[in-house]
Amino acid sequence: MAVGKALALGATALVDVVLVVLSLVGFVLAFGLGMVFMFPPTAHLVRHRTALARRLNGTWFGTAVPAPYLPPPLPARPQPDGWYRHERQLYKTPKWPDWNNRWKWIVGDPATWRDGLWLFLNPVVVCALPLLSLTLAGCAVLAAWSAAPPVLPLALGGASAAALAATPRLLRAYAWWNHLLLSPTEKSVLAARIQRLDQARLATVDSQASELRRIERDLHDGAQARLVAMGMTLGAVEELMDKDPAAAKALLGKVREASSTALVELRDLVKGIHPPVLAERGLGDAVRALAMDSPLKVTVTVDLDTRPDSPVESAAYFSISELLTNAARHGGAERVWIDISSNDHALRVVVTDDGSGGADPALGSGLRGIERRLAAFDGVLAVNSPRGGPTTATFDLPYAMREKGPDCTPSLPRGKATIVGICWGIGWLPLFPQGLVAMFMKLFDVENRSWFLALYLPELLQWPLIVFNVLLGLSMYAAGMLIPVMHARQQRLAEVLPTRLWLGR
Amino acid sequence: MVGPVSPRVVIAEDLYLLRDGLVHLLQAHDFEVVAAVESGPELLRALTGLRPDVAVVDVRLPPTFTDEGLQAALAARRAVPGLPVLVLSQHVEQLYARELLADGSGAIGYLLKDRVFNAEQFVDAVRRVAAGGTAMDPEVIAKLLASTARHQPLGALTPREREVLELMAEGRSNAAISQRLFLSESAVGKHTASIFSKLDLAPSDDDNRRVLAVLTYLNAARG
Repeated sequence: MAVGKALALGATALVDVVLVVLSLVGFVLAFGLGMVFMFPPTAHLVRHRTALARRLNGTWFGTAVPAPYLPPPLPARPQPDGWYRHERQLYKTPKWPDWNNRWKWIVGDPATWRDGLWLFLNPVVVCALPLLSLTLAGCAVLAAWSAAPPVLPLALGGASAAALAATPRLLRAYAWWNHLLLSPTEKSVLAARIQRLDQARLATVDSQASELRRIERDLHDGAQARLVAMGMTLGAVEELMDKDPAAAKALLGKVREASSTALVELRDLVKGIHPPVLAERGLGDAVRALAMDSPLKVTVTVDLDTRPDSPVESAAYFSISELLTNAARHGGAERVWIDISSNDHALRVVVTDDGSGGADPALGSGLRGIERRLAAFDGVLAVNSPRGGPTTATFDLPYAMREKGPDCTPSLPRGKATIVGICWGIGWLPLFPQGLVAMFMKLFDVENRSWFLALYLPELLQWPLIVFNVLLGLSMYAAGMLIPVMHARQQRLAEVLPTRLWLGR
Repeated sequence: MVGPVSPRVVIAEDLYLLRDGLVHLLQAHDFEVVAAVESGPELLRALTGLRPDVAVVDVRLPPTFTDEGLQAALAARRAVPGLPVLVLSQHVEQLYARELLADGSGAIGYLLKDRVFNAEQFVDAVRRVAAGGTAMDPEVIAKLLASTARHQPLGALTPREREVLELMAEGRSNAAISQRLFLSESAVGKHTASIFSKLDLAPSDDDNRRVLAVLTYLNAARG
């Protein structure tokens, strides 16, 4: 099995040699002869090859390698005057700005160059690791053929057999090599994260602003206008009071009616901003109330221990509301199942309906709106909606249930904490008495050897042990300092990169 | 239990103006306001301690400003079964209506705060609840009927029967319905009998039981 895989890798390495030649030609054409348009196709060719290697690493060696590329550039947007701008040039169509952006994206991505390096070295590495036994056997044959001493081919043959036996280990080493060059660097991971956050922030600010505009408009045209009308009518009532009490009374009835209507409008407005049930009862009961008001037959299951943060709760509520509306309006569903549960700190909502399916986030602006709403909280929406139904929409909101304790600093695991404790606790012992003090005793030729171990040793070993002790003490202190720092760094990185939900769309 | 002359009432409302208004309104209509409180714990103490003939309670009360009033009313009704409570709110939810009706002992009202504008109807609702009846906001009833209409044999009802059912569910008597719809009382009786037969409900003399039967039916049919 392992040998088969190794042989297959050898075959791909042969193809790689061709690819190396092709990409070298592409590279030289692009940068040597100025045919820059040759570069993107070359890079794409290499990317196809490395994508295969990443996939194989997952299926054959069990260590999947994520794609390391920076997110592709957004399509160019026209200016208000309809022109497309790229740096100091204006274009009529988005073709050139897009091409320029793509070019910069490919050239500027370190992953492109790491891919290239991997491709160049891969044939050699394949020979040195998975196909080591074959390589050694080849060498043995060569050695036997040439005029080398007869021991050499025998030794090489033995080594080849040993390498054959060790093929699984060599394959693992090869997987590690793939991981080394093909996985994303910390920098590209962070860059992708920043771009995502940037987009999410823009979308959030945008939707907040439009929401505020809507509220302003509703208040202006609704309650505010009605209050003005009521004030005017009351003024008329004041005048009519003495002259025509009957007419005044009729007008008062109208004022009361207007105030009722204003209240109804305000109630609807409040419901759109933050539904009172949500404030009063939390997500579970708010969704139950939503289900009761829905024309569909909705089954709600809620499994939450604590209430999520209020903004998250609101985002989840409106997303569910939108999904429910979609199911009724577009899906033609009759039954809907809503399942709300928590998993660690994440809130997961699954909305399933028995409608006709065919929902696509790329087409429906409703689903896009939900994605935007959730993006502000790192939430991800996954919709599975084959034609003919059923439709299942799932969204995860990581960190929804984060408990706000006073202890926010990441704590060390016990093993590391013990090591740090030992380092700080007894680091002084090799450094001072057994290291530095012994050194001074030695330098000044003090007779009393006391408990300084090094001075009891034969003359030849005394200095090496003293130096070793000093170094040991220093490195213990260094470890005591660096381990918590490194750990905190890792934790921070893990915190800004929440795990995500990936479901097949 | 209910004094016909001046029923004792407890009012719970956190806004001073509205509380004062309610006190004056009910006093003007021959109620004896034994307590006017402004928070959930106070309300629970007043309800279990004073045992009023009826309580008018706002859903949202301090200290949490969530559904404190509703919870206090439900707790008080668990301690004193059948304690008449009229719940007022800025918004009505089927969810709350069902919770209030769940114990099936009646003497429950659930109205929008706007209904206070119409003093006569409001006082009428308070009296009805005090007498052990129900007073449901038309909006709740409309929502209940709308959300059940698709799956229910309610489709078999004539528009007139639907109107009668809605008013019935609000807690109105046959006499009141006949006045509202400009029908004779016997005609209303015929409509109700027809509704009951179409909905497979055994008719009963008791007004309140009728409403509860209708609501329980609507409730059960959804589950």
